[in-house]
Amino acid sequence: MFEFVLKRVLQAIPVLWIVITVAFLFVHAAPGGPFSQERAVPPEVLKALNERYKLDQPLLIQYSDYLRNLARGDLGPSFKYPGRTVSEIILAGMPVTFELGFYALLVALAVGIGAGILAATRPNTMRDYLPMSLAMVGICLPTYVLGPLLVLFFGIRLEWLPVSGWGYLPGDKILPSMTLGLAYAAYVARLCRGGMLEILSQDFIRTARAKGLPETTVIYKHALRGGLQPVVSFLGPALAGLLGGSFVIETLFQIPGLGRYYVQAAFNRDYTLVLGTTIFFSTLILVFNLLADIATVWLNPRLRQEDGARA
Amino acid sequence: MRSESNVEVGRQKQILHFGNGDEPQGLDPTIVTGIPEWHIIQALFEGLVAKDPATLEIRPGVAESWTISGDQKIYTFRLRREARWSDGDPVTAGDFVFTWKRALIPTLGNPYAYMFNCIRGAKTFFEGRNPDFGQVGVKALDDRTLQVELETPTPYFLQLLDHHSYYPVQKKTIEKFGAVDEPNMRWTRPENIVGNGPFTLKEWILNRVVIVEKNPLYWDAARVKLWQIYFYPIPNASTEERMFRAQQLHVTDRVPADKLAVYRENDPDSLHVTPYLGTYFYRLNSNVKPLDDVRVRRALAMSIDRRQLVEKIAKGGQQPAYTLTPPNTAGYTSYAKLPHDAQKAQELLAEAGYPGGRGFPRLELMYNTDELHRKVATAIQQMWKKSLNIDITLLSQDWKVFMDRETHLHYQMSRGSWIGDYLDPTTFLDMFIAGSGNNRTGWSNPRYDELLKQATRTGDREERYALLRAAEAILVEEAPIIPLYTYTQMRLISTDLRGWDHNVLDQHPFKYLYLEAPREAERKIERH
Repeated sequence: MFEFVLKRVLQAIPVLWIVITVAFLFVHAAPGGPFSQERAVPPEVLKALNERYKLDQPLLIQYSDYLRNLARGDLGPSFKYPGRTVSEIILAGMPVTFELGFYALLVALAVGIGAGILAATRPNTMRDYLPMSLAMVGICLPTYVLGPLLVLFFGIRLEWLPVSGWGYLPGDKILPSMTLGLAYAAYVARLCRGGMLEILSQDFIRTARAKGLPETTVIYKHALRGGLQPVVSFLGPALAGLLGGSFVIETLFQIPGLGRYYVQAAFNRDYTLVLGTTIFFSTLILVFNLLADIATVWLNPRLRQEDGARA
Repeated sequence: MRSESNVEVGRQKQILHFGNGDEPQGLDPTIVTGIPEWHIIQALFEGLVAKDPATLEIRPGVAESWTISGDQKIYTFRLRREARWSDGDPVTAGDFVFTWKRALIPTLGNPYAYMFNCIRGAKTFFEGRNPDFGQVGVKALDDRTLQVELETPTPYFLQLLDHHSYYPVQKKTIEKFGAVDEPNMRWTRPENIVGNGPFTLKEWILNRVVIVEKNPLYWDAARVKLWQIYFYPIPNASTEERMFRAQQLHVTDRVPADKLAVYRENDPDSLHVTPYLGTYFYRLNSNVKPLDDVRVRRALAMSIDRRQLVEKIAKGGQQPAYTLTPPNTAGYTSYAKLPHDAQKAQELLAEAGYPGGRGFPRLELMYNTDELHRKVATAIQQMWKKSLNIDITLLSQDWKVFMDRETHLHYQMSRGSWIGDYLDPTTFLDMFIAGSGNNRTGWSNPRYDELLKQATRTGDREERYALLRAAEAILVEEAPIIPLYTYTQMRLISTDLRGWDHNVLDQHPFKYLYLEAPREAERKIERH
């Protein structure tokens, strides 16, 4: 197992380097720079700014400077927010984005697994069709539609929950977590149903039932562990998606997370912030995929024996 | 279930909750350029003079009085004894000299340095042609007397002093946190900042809120009624509107277009639509065929029905515009006009060699990605098709790509807008001087430049406006741009907010604002 993890970590380094290089080239290739704006900047000022941020240097020098600073853990200053470093901006937004992602994941798992089991235990009945149709709607309904709908109903009409914010008013974390989580709950539900159906048709389940075990024991003790496997493999990408994809939710609910910067930085040509957030999210995706792989191996005894060969 | 709203608590404690558009880039008054920054800085700093929010007349600020020489070139300001920095130090004439010198150091990279061009020697100092600041016309005669010498009579000079780029900053504080020419804005963090305005910076949580609190040391503190102001960066207009409806905000930064009609119908007391000193227009690249032909440009301008544009498309109370400078800008109105006249437009196009639109190349109209810009462009595309029988292509571009292409004249027609920095026609007309970075049309006219230059030499208002009108007439007649409409400012404002006066600069000094529930009787009258 250790060897497997080590190997994966070593593999991640070149992946990350490629991501950084591609992002660096792309963001510098995009037309317009960090200082172009509607009110023309005097040429003297533009020159001073380019010198200050070393944008007047050849791209290769800028690139090697960037990598050298990165190796020291320095992500540089932000162009758009000159008084702040990229690390500072990431550190400020990270806890919020993590918290939002975590709650959303809880919502996704609780709702998704519940609906999946419900559907899988009575396939092709109303108990299957109803949650699965809802899940289909959930997958199709983008968060920027679902979010405002939830806000209008629970926030403005019923006045039960705050319409925006994150930790300012009691209960303001509920709607954003629901909105973000429900979209993923739909995927989880479908994956869980599929996994459960497959397991429930296997011999050992028939044996368990034949032994006269109560149905709940069959489902929760015997079937669930295997049935959840597709869900677990999905967790890695899902968690990365939850964190990286929180941009819409953060904008809708006025949440000071990282997702907003990730997108805005690209629009602003804030080179260092684009690279910083890209590195941050890529690392997250790599880590989560690794964790999901480890969990999959751990859940599946067959893979556990083969893990050496698999890695 | 929900706890007391911001509006209710705010009313009791005099806390204003203000939708402020976006996260401020920084709070150094000398360097920043954006509107969100401007709002906060207005609370934290004060210039030599201020404006009356209702009339925009100049009122004393840090300066209690001033004299202007007969040739209108020398201004002598007397600073008030009570003017204090928030650390207790007096605000002196030397502070202004330091600030303005810093603003003009080329390596600081101050985008608003051109605002100082009217001061004698400022331009040459900024361009590095004269490194001696002693030659620049700014002198502290003593701690309380500041003398400013101008290049030419500048009737709007006092107004400039109420622009944030002229607000004083404290030398001691800036030097504590870096070199003078370093735009690192660490000195503006709540724990470091020293200002001289009616409020002080209490808290600044990135992307969440900026909180300011009443400054007891402010010379006019007795007038300040608000205790705190919360500035929220809310980039999404729909989110902001929902927050307003849930009573989390007193003032919004804007109103979503699809909500205008709803508010007009259901809550007209909260909806404020007022004229704004800004113009929406199209640039025509005069370097490319066939737009190098003035007849073609005029034909394009004359086949647009602005009335229909504002009534059917923009729908926010905007006024059709035929000139760049909005009407009645500091008493200036240009009467030049290329009226909507499809017949004449067709004749012009025929004269230019495209009778009935035949042989006219397919031009591209570029705009930065935005729903309203798309709608306006689509409407104009149809108007041109209908009146002139020409086809154009619409091109939506990301903002930075758009700016890059416009700056390098890699476009044919593009959307533009301009918001005046101060109340004077030159804030608009200076854009189209040859070589101005804001021109971006390839068009220039020596006569136009000469008229604007002449206008700087005269101190007489009527003579000056006559010269500016003549210049603007050239701009309109030659049509390197097509003015479309004058902007309006749209906000949702709680009926609790008092002391808010509308003006075309959209400046609302926070020291005059306070919160009070409307009385029942008053409410009834308002409804009728």
